[in-house]
Amino acid sequence: MIKVDGLHKYFDDLHVLRGIDLEVQKGEVLSVIGASGSGKSTLLYCVNGIEQIQEGSVYVDDVDVHAKTTDLNKLRQRLGMVFQQWNSFPHLTAMENVALAPQIVRGLTKEEAKDVAIKQLEHVGLGDKFDVFPNALSGGQQQRLAIARALAMDPQYMLFDEATSALDPELVGEVLDTMRVLAEEGMTMICVTHEMGFARDVSDRVAYFHEGIVEEIGPPDQIFAEPESEHTKKFLAKVR
Amino acid sequence: MFEYNFHWRPVFKSLPDLLEAALTTLQVASLAMTAGILLGFILAVSRMRETGLIYWFATTWVELARNTPALFQLFFFGFGLGALGFHLSPYLIVLAGLTFNTAGYLAENFRGGFEAIPSTQLRAARSLGMNPWQAYTRILIPQVMRIVYYPMTNQFVWVVLMSSLGMLVGYRELTGETQFFASKTYRIFEYFAVTAVIYYVMVKVILVLSKFCASRFFRY
Amino acid sequence: MEQTVTVFSGFSAQDLLFLGEAALRTLWISLLSIAIGSFLGGIFGWVLYESKNWGGILVNPVLDIFRSVPLIVQLVLFYNFAPIVGLNLDAFESGLVVLTMYTSALVANVARGGIESVGRSMRIASRSLGMSYWQDMRHVVFPIGTRAIFPSWVGVALGVMKDSALVSVLGYVELVKASQVLITRTQEPLLIILVVGAFYFVLSYPVSRYSAKLERRWSQ
Ligand SMILES: Nc1ncnc2c1ncn2[C@@H]1O[C@H](COP(=O)(O)OP(=O)(O)OP(=O)(O)O)[C@@H](O)[C@H]1O
Ligand SMILES: [Mg+2]
Repeated sequence: MIKVDGLHKYFDDLHVLRGIDLEVQKGEVLSVIGASGSGKSTLLYCVNGIEQIQEGSVYVDDVDVHAKTTDLNKLRQRLGMVFQQWNSFPHLTAMENVALAPQIVRGLTKEEAKDVAIKQLEHVGLGDKFDVFPNALSGGQQQRLAIARALAMDPQYMLFDEATSALDPELVGEVLDTMRVLAEEGMTMICVTHEMGFARDVSDRVAYFHEGIVEEIGPPDQIFAEPESEHTKKFLAKVR
Repeated sequence: MFEYNFHWRPVFKSLPDLLEAALTTLQVASLAMTAGILLGFILAVSRMRETGLIYWFATTWVELARNTPALFQLFFFGFGLGALGFHLSPYLIVLAGLTFNTAGYLAENFRGGFEAIPSTQLRAARSLGMNPWQAYTRILIPQVMRIVYYPMTNQFVWVVLMSSLGMLVGYRELTGETQFFASKTYRIFEYFAVTAVIYYVMVKVILVLSKFCASRFFRY
Repeated sequence: MEQTVTVFSGFSAQDLLFLGEAALRTLWISLLSIAIGSFLGGIFGWVLYESKNWGGILVNPVLDIFRSVPLIVQLVLFYNFAPIVGLNLDAFESGLVVLTMYTSALVANVARGGIESVGRSMRIASRSLGMSYWQDMRHVVFPIGTRAIFPSWVGVALGVMKDSALVSVLGYVELVKASQVLITRTQEPLLIILVVGAFYFVLSYPVSRYSAKLERRWSQ
């Protein structure tokens, strides 16, 4: 379970997150929507400890993410993260991209790491690209590579930060399909997304972010069909 | 015109000595390059946080190395340190001067290399649970190496050429050795002509080797 | 106070004047060779770009010599070669010829890169507007290309300024040679070395900073 309590985050004077309370249960898929700059990415970064927080707390399975004694590297193995910009490592083949972290972080042997990599590459539909370098892959393929790379760490949770925003429209589908498969397999996910169709079909709950607070949260039917907040209504009217 | 009589014989007689001196040149250049890479890397890292004593020390080093003549730098390690009571051998003067200079230039190359890599690469590595050391050695540095490889090759050529300044501080690398024979025999033109050819060949071989190695190292 | 007086006693105002004159000679030979060398280098660069065939076969290897042989060897070689072919050149003239060719070889590379960077598509665009070859060169390639290569060219020019120190081996009394003379006479190596280093630094540092700033601004 991921539990966010009274979270405040500042960038110098900029108050980006202004008291966030959230719980994501095991097996749940939470979609986070909201205007640009409302703090969606920042929330994910606070959850996996890339960004510091100023107030409140974030717990992942009873581990206090921002406690001084927390081993973040260990924690991050439990939290897979996929970014908007596909960050494939250009100097490594697809296989090596996926196998590297399991080997040096999880401590698997070379063979074990390779097996994991093969499994995850096939999982995301890149079974024929083992020895290809990222610059020979399309954006959609690189993003699926990034997903495979995160999955290879055997995470309990997956955090997606607008995984499809930087893709050409015709490539969005293949990545969303991969994410959909993960959700069906029972992965716990927080998906920051601009894909309203995905948010509606796949998520268990949808959170609408407005200027650093969770303005409204609930099942997709409720958020999309009968939003309560004026801000939510306005936002949804705009993106449709 | 052309009343001059060329005398190549003494040059060819001392060719083995010249070739041995060429090896000396390559040796001191390689050593200076290796030390320069290490120090240049440390300098580049020291300049990443733009405050503090270390930053200013590194910046002063880099700017002095890049904005004064290499010959001046050699003289500093010779006369200058000598005046302070540190008397270095000609070999050490050349080595120290070349290393100082190379580290300064490479530091700038490395800095550019690190800047050219998107910050998201580090973020992605860390999000996989890699610690900073793993992220640097496995993800960032291999990419930086790729970017600075050809500038580094050029720098090595430059070090080989620059080591000829050894002649002016009494070190007998290739140019120093040539000068020694030339002044003994007065066949200055002949000796230096042959030496020029030796340098030319060395540089070409370095460039070809570097290309060959690149095709081996870099798979992407 | 007394301490300072005794430390600097060997160094007189006369000597400062001597250094000043030498500094002017350094500037003079640098400016001349940078100006002429850049002009020639521009032409060579254009030849390299336009006629890949004989430009690449004839011009490039010749220019390569200047880039692959230490400047000091080039200087000694030419200084001793000139009388053989009946030219009576003094140290300044020999130094000027070699520095100029050296500059032109470096600039040629930079210039060719500049013309290439203007890009085929942009040139096709300008030609399709009905510009003639020379109009295209004059109004498109030259202005855009010079801007693209300006930072590299500044680098070359500063390099030549620093490398001009080597003309001292021919006995031309530029700054470094003058400092050597003074060091021998006054036995004040540290002071003189620092003065000379400061001279180069004061000249080179602001220019390189300015050029780096321009480069950053232009690349945005
Ligand atoms: N490292 C940073 N330093 C300073 N300000 C930052 C930093 N990162 C984000 N911000 C600011 O914090 C606010 C929230 O940013 P965030 O990236 O979380 O928004 P977002 O909801 O993800 O928007 P988008 O949909 O554009 O990705 C923005 O105003 C942004 O400018
Ligand atoms: Mg964002």
